[in-house]
Amino acid sequence: MDGVIPVRVHVVVWLVLLLLAGINLGLSQLRLGGWSGALALLIAALQALLIALFLMHLRWSPAVVRIIAVAALLWLVILIVGTLDDVLTRGWLSAPGR
Amino acid sequence: MIARTRPAALRAREALGEQYSTLEQQHTASELGMWIFLATELMLFGGLFTAYAVYRTVYSAGFAEGSRHLDLLYGAVNTAILLTSSLTMALAVRAAQLGQQRALMRALAVTAILGLLFLAIKAAEYQKHFAEGMVPGLAWTYQGPLATQIELFFFAYFAMTALHSVHLGVGVVTVAVITVLARHGAFLGERHTPVEMLGLYWHFVDVIWIFLVPLLYLFGPSS
Repeated sequence: MDGVIPVRVHVVVWLVLLLLAGINLGLSQLRLGGWSGALALLIAALQALLIALFLMHLRWSPAVVRIIAVAALLWLVILIVGTLDDVLTRGWLSAPGR
Repeated sequence: MIARTRPAALRAREALGEQYSTLEQQHTASELGMWIFLATELMLFGGLFTAYAVYRTVYSAGFAEGSRHLDLLYGAVNTAILLTSSLTMALAVRAAQLGQQRALMRALAVTAILGLLFLAIKAAEYQKHFAEGMVPGLAWTYQGPLATQIELFFFAYFAMTALHSVHLGVGVVTVAVITVLARHGAFLGERHTPVEMLGLYWHFVDVIWIFLVPLLYLFGPSS
């Protein structure tokens, strides 16, 4: 990253992050039930993306650095999905003797 | 000894390690190393996130009820504080890049103070849990239909927020050290990389908190 990022970009990102946090907080009070947990995580993911791209400079980082960031996320997905697919499907097949 | 007699122009070049060809290459090496470290950190927190996901799936009623016992106000105020500290950290990196020593020190000092404020509020919140008897293993007096599941939720809550707070504490100490070193004119211009790497760590800890809020604080009220 050679260029210096303007203060305006930082302030705008900060305001959007606060706004998204406020939206997430407000949504939780609406008791939407069902998908509200997924929606809250989606908004959090949007915040994380903004931080990674602008505050952590990933938008301007060389490809080799971005690959590490994406790989880290991929490992996390493998960890969580690989664990939950067991927990969620335990009851699907009946084992003999059970 | 040789370094002392070298002209200023040559001393300035020493910002570049001899194993690198260019400052840009050196910067990319630091950035790459820091991101690999953050990837391992994500795995550390990832274990807790996975455990949370499993128990929330199995004991969803108890986890929702447990989440309702958290005070949203603490979570909301701490989110605002941490997001603002990320702004001041980013401004510190910018000041270092531009060689503005006073702005760098001021931004770092504000960042450290905001970090301490977060930890103070977190400590007050923990104290409230102790007073309410909702600390598994140390002070658990809660009785109710889902008491054991709620206790498990609070165990997850303490494990995740405590690990996060320890990381923030490490961040605050490092920011303080960097601030003191910056007093002597370090980290300016082409030597800004350490501040930028510290910034990456700080923002990472911020991102972890951003996910802890919906998982711990918002889950109960919204369901």
